[in-house]
Amino acid sequence: MTWVFVIVGGMVGAPTRYLTDRYVQSRHRADFPWGTLTVNVIASFVLGVVMAVGSTPVRLAVGTGFCGALSTYSTFAYEIVRLADGRAPRLAVGNAALSVAVGLAAAFCGAAVGTLLR
Amino acid sequence: MNDPSPFTAAGRVDPDGAPPTRRERLLHHQALPVAVIACGGAVGAVSRYAVGLAWPTTAGHFPVSTLLINVIGCAIMGVFMVLITQKWQVHPLVRPFFGTGVLGGFTTFSTYEVDAQHLLQGGHWVTALAYLVATLAAAVFAVWAAETVTRLVVLDSTGAA
Repeated sequence: MTWVFVIVGGMVGAPTRYLTDRYVQSRHRADFPWGTLTVNVIASFVLGVVMAVGSTPVRLAVGTGFCGALSTYSTFAYEIVRLADGRAPRLAVGNAALSVAVGLAAAFCGAAVGTLLR
Repeated sequence: MNDPSPFTAAGRVDPDGAPPTRRERLLHHQALPVAVIACGGAVGAVSRYAVGLAWPTTAGHFPVSTLLINVIGCAIMGVFMVLITQKWQVHPLVRPFFGTGVLGGFTTFSTYEVDAQHLLQGGHWVTALAYLVATLAAAVFAVWAAETVTRLVVLDSTGAA
């Protein structure tokens, strides 16, 4: 039964990442992966909330399934390599540092919000 | 993603002669990729869940399984992208299904950050910092190394497929 929660969350999270990424990337012309950064930060915040306050089914569906599939490490790392390849090493380092720092801050904020809700 | 969608060319002959509305075109344009990404995302998320069940992380300890999930997912991404962009002509839905869906659903940035947040809140500063840096370095290296090796193996010396 626990698998069903993860499957449903994953089925929603991955397309949400795709559509959000396309929307964000269509809103600017810069050669910077703002779309991936956006989904990763949102997912870190939501997972922070869910891990602080959620019941087991909610953690599985929203946490493991939805947030896990909404966020991505493979595309994040791939885009860093592409930026570095395209002779934009500063953007590559900037993307890595900004994503990790803002994502961590989002996780802390989420945990704080979750604790308040508890 | 700036590659043109393959679905724009799918001309529909409407006997009523009414051209499709913007909404209809958008649905037609995105419905298939969204569906295959949903399926891929479910496969990826369940695989990640299975790995986490097999090798659970103890609180306060280095999250080895999440690191391995992310690094392995990145290595497969490197191989996959070289194969589908430089070697094979694949169906236009292969990349959304496997790259965006399966690999995107398998790897996770949110668990990485929340793992680190838990370590920091538990006072495990060194483990948290080591985990943050090791995952990032290993993941980026995995993409780069996998691409480099795949190119060497599957592309001939002229660089052509």
